[in-house]
Order: sequence, then C-alpha cells, then structure tokens
Amino acid sequence: MRIELTVNGTSRDADDVWPGESLLYLLRERLGLPGSKNACEQGECGSCTVYLDGTPVCSCLVAAGQAAGREVTTVEGIGSGAGEDRELDPVQRAFVENGAVQCGFCTPGLIVSTHDLLERNPRPTDPEIREALAGNLCRCTGYEKILDAVRSAGEARLDTVRSTSAERTGGSR
Amino acid sequence: MDFHVPTSWDQALAVKAGHPDAVPVAGGTDVMVELNFDRRRPPALLDLTRVPELAAVDRVDGRIRLGAGVPYTRMITELGAELPGLAMAARTVGSPQIRNRGTAGGNLGSASPAGDCHPPLLASGAEVEIASVRGVRRVPVAEFFTGPKRSVLEPDELIAAVHVAPATGPQQFAKIGPRNAMVIAVTAFALALHPERGRVGTGIGSAAPTPRRALDAEDFLSGELSAAGLWESRAPLPESLVTEFGNRVRAAASPIDDVRGSADYRRHVLAVLARRTLTWAWEAHRSTEKRAA
Ligand SMILES: Cc1cc2nc3c(=O)[nH]c(=O)nc-3n(C[C@H](O)[C@H](O)[C@H](O)COP(=O)(O)OP(=O)(O)OC[C@H]3O[C@@H](n4cnc5c(N)ncnc54)[C@H](O)[C@@H]3O)c2cc1C
Ligand code: FES
Ligand code: FES
Repeated sequence: MRIELTVNGTSRDADDVWPGESLLYLLRERLGLPGSKNACEQGECGSCTVYLDGTPVCSCLVAAGQAAGREVTTVEGIGSGAGEDRELDPVQRAFVENGAVQCGFCTPGLIVSTHDLLERNPRPTDPEIREALAGNLCRCTGYEKILDAVRSAGEARLDTVRSTSAERTGGSR
Repeated sequence: MDFHVPTSWDQALAVKAGHPDAVPVAGGTDVMVELNFDRRRPPALLDLTRVPELAAVDRVDGRIRLGAGVPYTRMITELGAELPGLAMAARTVGSPQIRNRGTAGGNLGSASPAGDCHPPLLASGAEVEIASVRGVRRVPVAEFFTGPKRSVLEPDELIAAVHVAPATGPQQFAKIGPRNAMVIAVTAFALALHPERGRVGTGIGSAAPTPRRALDAEDFLSGELSAAGLWESRAPLPESLVTEFGNRVRAAASPIDDVRGSADYRRHVLAVLARRTLTWAWEAHRSTEKRAA
C-alpha cells in the first residue's frame, strides 16, 4: 500500500508498504530516518519512541497503515531551525552536557520521552521523572546522568521560557 | 495482507462481517508484537483507530460507557474520580508509551488472564458491549472470558464499549510484579465496596485460567459487614474478618506454576493482596464518614 504522512513537518510518502510492518520500519528503512532505534520490537525498551500526533508512542507497535495521514515527530525533528541554522533543543543539549549519552542507542527515545515530560511538567520531581522514563531502557549509563540531564533540561527550559517572556514584556514597554 | 481502515462504527462492523478473519488492531500493543515476531500472519488487519465512536466516554443510564478504543492514559486523566479502581489499574500498565496506545478493548480482546483492566471491571460489575451487523449484546465481564486468551467474541463481532457504574464507595487495585514498572502481573487483585447495596466486589488476575471473581469471599464479607451493621457504624474491621476474607479469596484461585511465579506463591500473594486492599478500602470508607461528620 501507499502511505502518506507528515514526518518532522514535511510530507513524505512511501510505496509498496506492507500493511503489517511497523511505523519504526517505515521511518528507518523506507524514509531514511535512522534516529529512532530498533532494539526489541516489543515495546519494552522505548528506543523507538516518537511523537504520533503529539503523543509519545513506541513506533515499533504502530502499524505503518495506522500512521497514514498522521503527524510524526522523531528525534531528528526535535530542535529548531534547519540545515546550518539547526539548533539543538534544550533537552538534547542537556543530554550532551551531562554525559547522559554513552553508546547512544537509547538516547533518541529518551530525548522524545523527556521532551514530552517537560512539555507537560516543566519541574518534575525525581519520582515523576522515573515514572515518565520507565519505558526507556539504557544498558550503559546507570541512569544517574540521565536523571541529571532531565533535571538540567527542565531548568534550561524554564530559563528560556522566562527570558522569552521577559523579552516580550520588555518589547511592549 | 489487506488493511481495512473504516472511519465509522457501522463501517467497521460491515468490514468485520465481510472479513471475519481480519484481525482488529487498536493500540497495537499486543497485535504488533505478534506481527513483529512472525507469530501471526493474518490475511488482513482492521484498523480501529479512525473510528471516532470507539474513542468516546459517555454517560448512559447512570453508567459510564467507556469506548473500547479509549487508551489507558485517558482512563487515568478523565476517569480517576468515577472509576478509581480502573484508573489505578491503568496506572500500572506498561510505560507511558504503552498507556498512550493500549486500550480496554484491546485488553479484553486479548483476554489474557493477566490483563490489568479485568480485575477492576469484575469488581465493579462491568458489562462488555459487543456488536456485529447482527445486533448488539451485553455480556457481564465475568462471563466474557472462556479460557486463557479466549472469549465469547464471535468472528464477526467487535467490542464496542464497557459499561461500568461510577464508584459509590472506595475501590482498590494491587498488583505484584518483580519491579514497579513494565511488568505483567504475577498476581493482581481488585476490590470495590458498594455501601449503597451492602455489597463487596472482587476481581482476581493472573491466578486462574481466566480473570474471575471470588464469589464466596464476596458473599461472606458482604454478609458479615451487613450482619454486624459495619457499613453504618464504620467501626474498624475485626482482624478475623479480614483474615477469613483473604483465605476465601485465596481459595477462589486456581493458579499454575510458570516462569513468573509458582502456584503456591500466587495463592499466598492473593491472600495478602486481598487483606491489604480490604484494609485500605475500609479505612477510606471510615474516613469519608469522618469528613462528612
Ligand atoms: C511493553 C508492554 C507492556 C505491557 N504491559 C501490560 C500491563 O502491565 N498490563 C496489561 O494488562 N497489559 C500490558 N500489555 C499488553 C497490552 O498493552 C494490553 O493488553 C492492551 O490493553 C492492549 O490494547 P491495544 O489497544 O494495544 O490492543 P491491540 O494490540 O490493538 O489488540 C489486542 C487484541 O484485541 C483485539 N481487539 C482490539 N480492539 C478490539 C475491539 N474493539 N473489538 C474486538 N477485538 C479487539 C485485537 O484483535 C487483538 O487480538 C503490555 C504490552 C507491552 C508491549
Ligand atoms: S524497539 Fe520499540 S520499544 Fe524497543
Ligand atoms: S547509552 Fe547505551 S543504551 Fe543508553
């Protein structure tokens, strides 16, 4: 079947898609977006997490056909700008700066899950962070640095929100 | 493989009637695992995620009609006050990603003895609304399951919704697993107090070929609570009553030994969960009076 969908703000399509294949396979093997990782294909590891119409899901558990006409955001679409001007999202920067990345396999999924958590709850408690990230496994870091990254991304995000609102008030004066 | 994408409930039923071997897929959290691992090669998939009727939560005849396609996340955010037992169970399912996709319809559809929706739905006397082009029927959850992963669903039928009365008293759900998140229950138990009719509801998960109620334990406890006037007096529960309730819940189970736990362990755990949930729920029942007074 032919599938058309929006990925990271751009319309994409693929032909000859087997309806039972996963959105993860579609993204990686047909659309050339290797950011979402394939580790378990059974919803256990979260390394394939993407936004589907704004909701984080395991892309390995979404049938390609179910994603037709929908909006998908992968780790490649988190952040702003394009090409040379591309800027990392505060969550991505925090992961780099806090050494929350070792082999990096779990990172794309963790970035999406963390991004979603902070959208809903900019100042999560540690138990809230643990609950939100319970579906993302990391086999390298021991999670401490990931927790550090989430906390500092939350702070950085709040700072950005504060400074943009300050600019806005400053501008209107 | 065909992929059917009905956009209305009538269409979905028509497709199922015309293609009884098409496998419905809602959140896909059970179906896709089977496809990914080549455990299943159905001739067709029937996507239910574009049927708006399935995503609705309505109030019908004083009951809540929970659409089969409502994901766990919405049970938690929208139904926590009215269906606290179900919301508690939903909170224990998988991870946020799984809760964002998985549905009650899919949980029932898989009919696993370990499905976390089943104990609270049993405890609150829910009914499953089943539909086909032939018509609609309602089946009590307790009669829905016919064996491990088997249910009363006919090949041309789909689950439309679950009908549950809003809680009239405290409800509890407890689940034992090797860790706090992302586990299938080794054993689970749900309890609902129905003070307005002097009844107690129960639901056992993962400790028998199907999810089931502990009927004898329900009758025993309901009878004792009423006989001693405890619903009204809200006095503390006698220790012996709590223990006997746990024993009778344990006796209602017929668990197996498997990789997740031995039958003996499951029986033991069930008695503990029954006592605990009863103690918690009774404390809540007592404190509602204190607040009202
Ligand atoms: C990592 C992981 C963790 C999990 N943890 C838990 C857990 O803690 N507790 C738990 O209970 N489950 C758990 N599950 C299992 C699964 O998430 C649940 O069973 C979920 O409720 C399935 O819902 P779904 O919408 O994704 O179903 P799907 O996978 O879409 O469907 C499941 C079955 O139901 C049928 N079906 C779906 N909708 C209908 C309908 N309307 N009418 C008729 N048949 C229908 C399908 O054909 C299929 O047979 C987990 C799964 C994964 C992958
Ligand atoms: S690859 Fe999807 S959760 Fe592991
Ligand atoms: S950094 Fe290697 S799995 Fe997390």
